[in-house]
Amino acid sequence: MGLLDKQFTDDNIVITKVEDLLNWARLSSLWQMGFGLACCAIEMMATSASHYDFDRFGVIPRPSPRQSDVIIISGTVTLKMALRIKRLYEQMPDPKYVISMGSCSNCGGPYWEHGYHVLKGVDRVIPVDVYVPGCPPRPEALLEGLLKLQEKIRSESLVNKSA
Amino acid sequence: MKTSEEIFNILKEKFGEAIGELVSDKPAESVIVVSPMEIDKICLFLRDEKDLEFNSLMNLSGVDDANGEKVKDENGNEILKGGTLSVYYHLESISLKHKVTLKVSTDRENPEVASVEEIWRTADWHEREAFDMYGIKFLNHHNLIRILMPYDWEAGYPLRKDYQNPEFYKGMKVPY
Repeated sequence: MGLLDKQFTDDNIVITKVEDLLNWARLSSLWQMGFGLACCAIEMMATSASHYDFDRFGVIPRPSPRQSDVIIISGTVTLKMALRIKRLYEQMPDPKYVISMGSCSNCGGPYWEHGYHVLKGVDRVIPVDVYVPGCPPRPEALLEGLLKLQEKIRSESLVNKSA
Repeated sequence: MKTSEEIFNILKEKFGEAIGELVSDKPAESVIVVSPMEIDKICLFLRDEKDLEFNSLMNLSGVDDANGEKVKDENGNEILKGGTLSVYYHLESISLKHKVTLKVSTDRENPEVASVEEIWRTADWHEREAFDMYGIKFLNHHNLIRILMPYDWEAGYPLRKDYQNPEFYKGMKVPY
């Protein structure tokens, strides 16, 4: 499945499908929106830092939604924030992906019953590609979520956007 | 350094009727009950009197006493009628190392308390929070708007005991 499967013995020539090439390019430079919400954001920052090094998967935080490919919803989504998240998501150019990080943004987490201010899952306002469970998830779990997203992008086709 | 009893006696002598009882039978700090419309004058005195010198408002919090009558509204939900909402003031004098707790109780249907925001700037956001969560109106507050909930939140005051969460907010389903 790898891009370089059919490499010629002669260097500098690679035969592949356009689809595979685009998917490979897309999944290898998932620029992330520099956006954190709560304690999960601390884990997300730890994932970006040198020890776990998000950058080795091509994930770089971008300061603007217009330059971002993926938004990681890292924390409790309050009703007040949900409207802003929706707007940020709409400002991102296609193709765009969403990782929901942690119990709060997956389903409301500990606020599911008495959280009068909490949206019970960010998927009520924007479509989510990967859910990462945990409270908060460890950096390894977030990395796993990113690899799952890459897997999803790898199987995209030009005709149908599957992720 | 003064005890709550000494402070209570000073206040009683100065303000008379506006000062209620001293509640000290609880395993916590003694609480001086005062009148909600006089709290600003009392607090100004507590801050400026030279042997009291309460220069710090440690905390200001609203409380729903839930001592009203339980009745059913038209939708069959239990709501509270009558009773009181309270505000607690925890004061400390950093220079004289003494503390005191004040309490005001106000009518649940029309809760109004004089603002102490002019006396300690800390009270600004604390009073906005008490307004946001309990609907207590602080008179003479310069900017009494919601602080945590959305500005256009119309479903009421979330920390009141008979609060009911709305089904939807701006098209988003609220309950789980």
